[in-house]
Formats: sequence, structure tokens, C-alpha cells
Amino acid sequence: MGSLNIENVKKAFGSVDVLKGIDLEVRDGEFVVFVGPSGCGKSTLLRVIAGLEDASSGNIIIDGQKVDAVPPAERGIAMVFQTYALYPHLNVRNNMSLGLKQIKTPADEITRRVKAASGMLSLEPYLERRPAELSGGQRQRVAIGRAVVREPKLFLFDEPLSNLDAALRVNTRLEIAQLHRRLSATMIYVTHDQVEAMTLADRIVVLNGGRIEQVGAPMELYNSPTNLFVAGFIGSPKMNFIDGTRLGETAKTIGVRPEHMTVDPKSGSWKGTVIHAEHLGADTNLYLDAEQAGLLTIRTFGEYRAEPGTTLYATPDPSRIFRFNDQGRTIR
Amino acid sequence: MSRATISLPRTVAAHAVLLTYTVIALFPVVVIIINSFKSRNAIFRTPLTPPTAETFDLIGYATVLNQGDFLLYFQNSFIVTVASLFFVLLFGAMAAFALAEYRFRGNTLMGLYLALGIMIPIRLGTVAILQLMVASGLVNTLTALILVYTAQGLPLAIFILSEFMKQVSDDLKNAGRIDGFSEYRIFFRLVLPLVRPAMATVAVFTMIPIWNDLWFPLILAPSEATKTITLGAQLFIGQYVTNWNAVLAALSLAILPVLVLYLIFSRQLIRGITSGAVK
Repeated sequence: MGSLNIENVKKAFGSVDVLKGIDLEVRDGEFVVFVGPSGCGKSTLLRVIAGLEDASSGNIIIDGQKVDAVPPAERGIAMVFQTYALYPHLNVRNNMSLGLKQIKTPADEITRRVKAASGMLSLEPYLERRPAELSGGQRQRVAIGRAVVREPKLFLFDEPLSNLDAALRVNTRLEIAQLHRRLSATMIYVTHDQVEAMTLADRIVVLNGGRIEQVGAPMELYNSPTNLFVAGFIGSPKMNFIDGTRLGETAKTIGVRPEHMTVDPKSGSWKGTVIHAEHLGADTNLYLDAEQAGLLTIRTFGEYRAEPGTTLYATPDPSRIFRFNDQGRTIR
Repeated sequence: MSRATISLPRTVAAHAVLLTYTVIALFPVVVIIINSFKSRNAIFRTPLTPPTAETFDLIGYATVLNQGDFLLYFQNSFIVTVASLFFVLLFGAMAAFALAEYRFRGNTLMGLYLALGIMIPIRLGTVAILQLMVASGLVNTLTALILVYTAQGLPLAIFILSEFMKQVSDDLKNAGRIDGFSEYRIFFRLVLPLVRPAMATVAVFTMIPIWNDLWFPLILAPSEATKTITLGAQLFIGQYVTNWNAVLAALSLAILPVLVLYLIFSRQLIRGITSGAVK
């Protein structure tokens, strides 16, 4: 239970095409992350799966059953929203149980599920509180709890961590990962943050301009991106793109990840001047204005003392250079 | 606090302006109230002095209250105002929700059409309205007044409320849909409580013109059984002799209910701001 098939789904708002034909298969128990820049259609796709928007054409099949005409509440899904979307007038317990009451679940069954979910998310001390009396992280856990008690075939997360501060984001990310392992449920997660995508996903779906650019496991996307867009989107800091003609290469564009370059003060492939250095402790990001290659970002591990204005030589790892043709596709 | 707000001359000037305006605004009301407690001679001789031991007289109130029908007029006014208010808020909020929430062909056009009533006074259509009421046999009923006032109040209500409804979080409504709420339940249970301050504003703006209106009661429902308080007060204004005591007493009394309603809504205005569920 819990598989999802998306067949040639298109969605247009007026004359604007938001989704231009999406095909995707999600296996039971898989954690799939939709990632892409804002406006790429990832949230719209999630809403179409949830039934909150109708697709202009195409089919959504949940667990082998076509659900295009099924209202959201009967699709066997649960959704967690970016803004928590808790019911302001209800306490935590009732926020979690309302959906179950709506479908006439027996009272003792509701009690059992709320107890299990609140235990799992350590929400027991707050069951009688209202959302206004909770912190952001607690509210998002309640929202996750509200999804868990429904025991859905499919969990949908719409940028659930975007409203949390950095420390809480890491914690909640961990909780979602553990939740997935414990429930072994199918989860679909939308985010614009590629770090969340890399850390959580079994498979990542990279969307751009209403189309799927690439689908694959995190390391697959990192090690063999199919095109310029995926290469630039996955990985942080972003991959360096160098005009091929400047290097005398036949490829249109050459791509090197910042972490796949080494620097040396005396010799190397590309000579350049340091314009800025970011010291993060565990690693140091150097911004190098290279004579031949243009502006380069280089990630060195550990501390590296380099003042702006000093001359350095950068050398790429030859086995990890990507080459792209004039359509932006990777040359293998 | 900025320095400008604590500078003494500025504070004095600001207060002087505000106090002057308050005095101008309250002056007619105060004159009506103090004179309603005075004898007829005193009203004409010293209209601006408060009642003294000699001039104090409750004859105006006695006349008004002994004029048996007066409680009925009050009741009529109250029924008309409350019923109209109820329908304006209910239908106004529903229309506003539809305009704010659903995408459909002609949405913008429909919004503009509904807002047209703000610009065109309903009194322009009095003759047609009267013909309509005569034809449907509603003349001299409170229903006629309620229907007209509901129509009169709706444009502004829809205009204000749809702006507020647009600000209610989409996520909250969608969470309700996933939990299996009907659209009505989403509207009544999730959206309405969050736009309560706006509802109170609309209620105040709708209520006062209805309570004070003289035009439509005079034209549509002048019969003894359906007179409203403002129309009833005209009873004491004659072509040759006017019972000023009674007129002033009736007007003073007419202020009270609307004042109470206003206080109820203004409390909502302050209290109704809900927060916490949505960031």
C-alpha cells in the first residue's frame, strides 16, 4: 500500500502553464523529495496529488486506484503545511483528532492513535494547550501528529521546515527522517532547500519550469547530473561553470564543484587572485578571480589562511570535471 | 518614544485640536440630552444651560412613555436593525468568501458589480422599490424594510470582507479540506472566527444608517404597527405646534439601543484578533 503514479499531469492557470507534463512513479515506502527553485511547480504538483487543485489533464493513481475525481479527504493522504495550519480554536488533542471524528472513527481508536502519535513526537505535556501557546517547533510537531493519526497511505509535506529557525530545522529534519523509518510510510516532501532534499530523500525529483529535469538518488544526482540545471542546483556551494572556449575545450561549458579543486600558492592549472574568503571552521570557501577561468568558488577543508589580494593557483580533480554540450546536456 | 511626541507645545496643540473637534461633534447630542430633562419654558429661554432644580422636568419622557405605542416603535426599530444586520453579515460574508476563495469565470466582474452599490445610493431607486413592494404586497411590513436595508448594506460588507478573507491562510482552509470538512464548515468554523474584527467593523457601519433612517420607514412602512423609532418621533412635530419636550426625550431614548450595540461590536473589534495557529 502507498504507491503513487503520476501520468502525464498538466496544469494551467489561465494561459500560464505551470506543469507541462509530469510522469513519475513512487514506490511504496519511498521518501521522495520534490526540489526546485520557486515557481517551478513543485507545490502545485503536491496540491494536485492532494486533490486541492484539479489537474488540467493527466491522471493521479494512489495505490492502484485512480483518484482524479476523489475529494482530498478520501484519497488516503495527510498533509503538513509550511504555515502549520492548525485550527486556532482547538487544543492539540482536538487538532489531531478532528479529522478522525469527521470520518466517524470509534472514540477508543481515536484515543489510542492520538496517544501513540503524541508519544512518538513527545507532545504529551501539551495535549490540552492551544496552538497560540506553543512554539514554532511544537506547532509543526502537532501538524505532523495530525498527519500521523490519520494513518495515511501517503504523507505530503509542503516545505514544513521553512518557517523554523536554523537549529530547530535540523532537529525537525531528524524527526521526520526517524518518523519515515518507524512508519515505513510513503512520503512526498516539497522543498526549495537542496540540503533538506539531500539529507532526507531516497530519491530526489528536480523540477524546473514545470518539467522534471532528473529523478534519482541523492548521490546519483550529485555524481552524474544529466544537465547544467541539475548540476548547478544540487551541491552547495554551487558548481563552477566555465566557458569551454576559454579553456580551449570542445565542450560548451565545463563544470567543476568547489570541493573538487585544490589550491596551491606556487603552481597549478589556473592562476588567480583571492577576492574573498569565508571561514566556516570546518571548511573555508575561497572566491578566486582566475585569469583564464573567470570567477571560481573553491572549498578547502579545514582552516586555510588566505588574505584577499594574494595569488593562488587552482587545480581541478581531472576525474571529476563535468562537460556540457551547447544544449546544456552532460557529455558522458 | 520620539522627541517630537513629548515636546510640550506639540502635545498641547494636538490635544487642543482633538478637544475642539470632540466638542463640536458632541455639542448637538449634549444639547438634545440636557434639554430633554427641562420644562418647555426653560428649553426656549435658556437652551444651553443644564437643568437646574427649578427647570428640571421629566414631562417629555412621561409623554413619550405614556404614548403607549412607543415601546412598539422601539421594538420595530430593533427587529429591523438586528434582522438586516444578520442578513448583511451572513450573505455579505458568504459572497465575500466566494469572491476571495474560488477561481471562476467573471470573478472580478462580479466583484465590481457587487461594489457598484457603494457608489450608487439605493434611494435613487425608491419609486421602483415602492412599486415592487406594492406589487408583492409587502407595503407596511417590517419585511419590506429588512429586504431594502439588506440590499443597502451588502455592497460595502462584501467589499470590506472580501479583502479580509483574502488574508486568511490558504493552508488552513486546505488543512480543513484534507480533514474532510465541507466548504460550509470551513467557512463557518475556520474563516469566520478569523475575520471577526472585520465583521464587527462592517456591523457598525451597517447598523447606524439603518437605525437612523427616516426615508424608507416613511415611504414603505408608515402604518402605526410598523413605525420605527425615528418615524415615531416625528409624531410630536406638528405643522403648527411641536412638543419639543417629547421630541427631545424620544431622540435621547433612541440613542440608547444603538449605543449598546456599538459597545458590543467595538469590544469585538479589540478582542477579535486571533493569532497563533498561523504564523
